Amino acid sequence: MAQPRVIIIGAGPAGVRCAETLLAAGVRPTVIDEGRKAGGQIYRRQPDNFTRPYAQLYGTEANKAQALHHSFDALRDHIDYQPESLAWNIADGKVHVVSGERTKALPFDALVICSGATDRLMPVKGWNLAGTYSLGASQIALKAQACAIGRKVVFMGTGPLLYLVASQYIKAGANVAAVLDTSPMGGRFSALPKLLARPSVLFNGLALVASIKRAGVLVLTGITPVEITGDADAGVQGVIVSDAIGCSHSFTCDAVAMGYHLRPETQLADLARCNFRFDAETRQWLPEVDVDGRSSTPGVYLAGDGMRVLGADAAEIGGRLAAMAVLKDFGLDVDVGTLQQLRAQRAQMERFRQGLTQAFPWPYQQAAQLPDEAIVCRCESITAGELRHTVREKGAQEANRAKALCRVGMGRCQGRYCGNAGAEIIAQAAGIPVEQVGRLRGQAPVKPLSMAVREETE
Amino acid sequence: MSQRFVRLAETERARVRIVIDGQMVGALAGDTLLVALLSHVRHVRESEFGDGKRSGFCLMGACQDCWVWTDSGERLRACTTVVEEGMHIITRQPEATWPNHA
Repeated sequence: MAQPRVIIIGAGPAGVRCAETLLAAGVRPTVIDEGRKAGGQIYRRQPDNFTRPYAQLYGTEANKAQALHHSFDALRDHIDYQPESLAWNIADGKVHVVSGERTKALPFDALVICSGATDRLMPVKGWNLAGTYSLGASQIALKAQACAIGRKVVFMGTGPLLYLVASQYIKAGANVAAVLDTSPMGGRFSALPKLLARPSVLFNGLALVASIKRAGVLVLTGITPVEITGDADAGVQGVIVSDAIGCSHSFTCDAVAMGYHLRPETQLADLARCNFRFDAETRQWLPEVDVDGRSSTPGVYLAGDGMRVLGADAAEIGGRLAAMAVLKDFGLDVDVGTLQQLRAQRAQMERFRQGLTQAFPWPYQQAAQLPDEAIVCRCESITAGELRHTVREKGAQEANRAKALCRVGMGRCQGRYCGNAGAEIIAQAAGIPVEQVGRLRGQAPVKPLSMAVREETE
Repeated sequence: MSQRFVRLAETERARVRIVIDGQMVGALAGDTLLVALLSHVRHVRESEFGDGKRSGFCLMGACQDCWVWTDSGERLRACTTVVEEGMHIITRQPEATWPNHA
């Protein structure tokens, strides 16, 4: 057959390894990257006129970051790389891509979606105040811009990223007021057998926590966030939490970094009409895929955290596996030994991920405790009380219906930051399991487009 | 003006000048517009829904909570825009607000 048209969306660890594997087999892909430079969020590159070395930017992951960047730099001239380009729709076998004020439709024979993930958030009263950021945001400020998000920062939420970013802040000389983890200590011990699937990653994690404590920063586990205090003008002024035995603790700060693991960016898979399934462990809806990343839609493949959040190492493997699936489906040869080895490596990472999910669970119970006056939708200032009213008084027990009636999920973030918690609030208010609430439909454009955007025609 | 973000390194870059609400300030080449603004002020916009000031949230172009206005009425997403000499940014909500009274 003629050279197949393969499009990869995303140039993080999954997208880069996918492109590399395809190119090595003689297939020249198009890579659509929303970023200015390849690397994705995890291995995001600093601007050209910054000088910090890899070790300072990426810590224990410096070698991996450097290797990925070098691989991409070697590929760049041999692929069709389109930076600063947003894939905003997928329809009729074409990806719609906007760059600047021009949009064009690119037809494909195979599409590999490596769309990555964003922070998963649980609202708390006051999280709309200026100075509250996602955990990912706090890391980007440091990694890509050499800034701290405030003079005194509280890290609150759960998951490995909480400790990673807090330790990076301390190391960079920022003032960290406290690390407040909603997960109880006990879960970590019971998760140990699974976490031992990746001993070196576990060791790095334990070393991070130790370094935070050594720096004299208070770490509390098993906490429940109560409120981010402050006012509409000045923004964040403090954080109040209650601890495992119900004692209240308050901290003065001018910034809060918040996050509860990640959620995959699945809107494009949705627009490509991939089937989804409910994952009871993480309480999220994920695209259905086979072991190599084939979705239910022929010709559409998924890899990396946008498929299932397994982290950067697994994303590199996932990108390679998806590329091999593409090649195989085009009738090209792939090395069976390599395929099996990659699958086995990822199975180890999957076991480790199960351990992380157990050690740092999504605190969905907090949705029930959220006071009525707390804002759920930051985009349009819609409260938990209004969402509950919509469920109880208007009978909206399904996510899209509740969205239609009260606009939680309708704002500019398109449900990225309220969707997970919104579903939990609906489930709790309706007294039904969260899987019955369903999931917010992906809508094109997946991010707002300017009115000035014009279609480019042949 | 008191700032929100704190620069921890990389401060030896070329200077550029921007204007925030009529006041000229310095920024560094390679800053995102969000960083340039928050190195001088504590917010970049006001919520159209009346709940107060905002300073961005995700820094990765996903939440759209750092949209700012230029003095010529152009709208920019501050976290994904690279600062340029002479940018003139307004941090006040230029249109009516629609407070939520529910």
